[in-house]
Amino acid sequence: MAKVLVVTSGKGGVGKTTSTAALGAALAQSGKKVAVVDFDVGLRNLDLIMGAERRVVFDLINVVKGDAKLDQALIRDKRIETLFLLPASQTRDKDNLTEEGVERVINGLREKFDWIICDSPAGIERGATLAMRHADVAVVVTNPEVSSIRDSDRIIGLLDSKTEKAENGEQVEKHLLLTRYDNARAQRGEILKVEDVLEILSIPLLAIIPESTEVLRSSNLGAPVTLGSPNSAPARAYLDAVRKLQGETVVEVQKQRGLFSKLFSRRAA
Amino acid sequence: MSLFSFFKRNTSAPVARERLQVLLAHERTIVGGGESDLVAILREEIMAVIAKHMSVPQDNVQIKMDRGASVSTLEVDIEIPTDIAAGMRPAA
Repeated sequence: MAKVLVVTSGKGGVGKTTSTAALGAALAQSGKKVAVVDFDVGLRNLDLIMGAERRVVFDLINVVKGDAKLDQALIRDKRIETLFLLPASQTRDKDNLTEEGVERVINGLREKFDWIICDSPAGIERGATLAMRHADVAVVVTNPEVSSIRDSDRIIGLLDSKTEKAENGEQVEKHLLLTRYDNARAQRGEILKVEDVLEILSIPLLAIIPESTEVLRSSNLGAPVTLGSPNSAPARAYLDAVRKLQGETVVEVQKQRGLFSKLFSRRAA
Repeated sequence: MSLFSFFKRNTSAPVARERLQVLLAHERTIVGGGESDLVAILREEIMAVIAKHMSVPQDNVQIKMDRGASVSTLEVDIEIPTDIAAGMRPAA
């Protein structure tokens, strides 16, 4: 059965779009049929991160308004056969995104795909609530930083009250994705530790994405990091995250890295 | 001393953690249909029910909510004017 996943955060700039692309690609790499949907009308970016910016003809608003069919608007990824993108509109008024229209699009996608991944805009306005409305699963993207954690707490509140599942007395399955995490700085007490963030937000951890130059490099090249740099630490974390989302138990390998490997990895990066 | 302060510097994370815990504990009760809203709604609805049977001035109805760690209490205090109380008969 198709699952709708929303990637959300409250605060902007924490890595929602990067994570949407990476999770979408990773799910497709595992053989699932995946559609990634950009809900950030007016400020679309998922097309750019996925490297499909020059192939956009029709967008989400076109489909919502009935100007284009779903099949016309979906862009098939050039690298993975089972990965599709439904881009957001760049110019049109975001008020065109209606609740009924979004429901129709999501239901249409549910018939064709195994996973529908919605990239939410930042904030708690209508765009964000529409993106999470039909979610079965939510990935809350958070940086180890006070403003990001506070905003994530607000979003968790919204997931528990403003979604279709919440209104039917059910619960959206929630996961924490901690991005831009620098373990060395956390150990020195400069940034909040994973345990602190988990205790404050009290939702289960999906993955920790380490701070890495590979994420920006992949974005520059227009490739989700799991495709652009599949052996990098962030890519492996996203691939593990996807296995967890599909119900596998992933044993985290606690790596005790020696001085030599640290030096080596720094030079390699 | 300077060496000691070198190791001490930058441990701002525990402060961040404490600030967040205090802040969120407060915000979770207020934001998103929290305490203040709930009490106001309850007050209005209780007033409407009372108004069906007798006229009691707004100020005579006090509603208080106390949130404790294990038990929360809702206290409703309705003061009935003597002239109304005298006219009341026990039901059937």
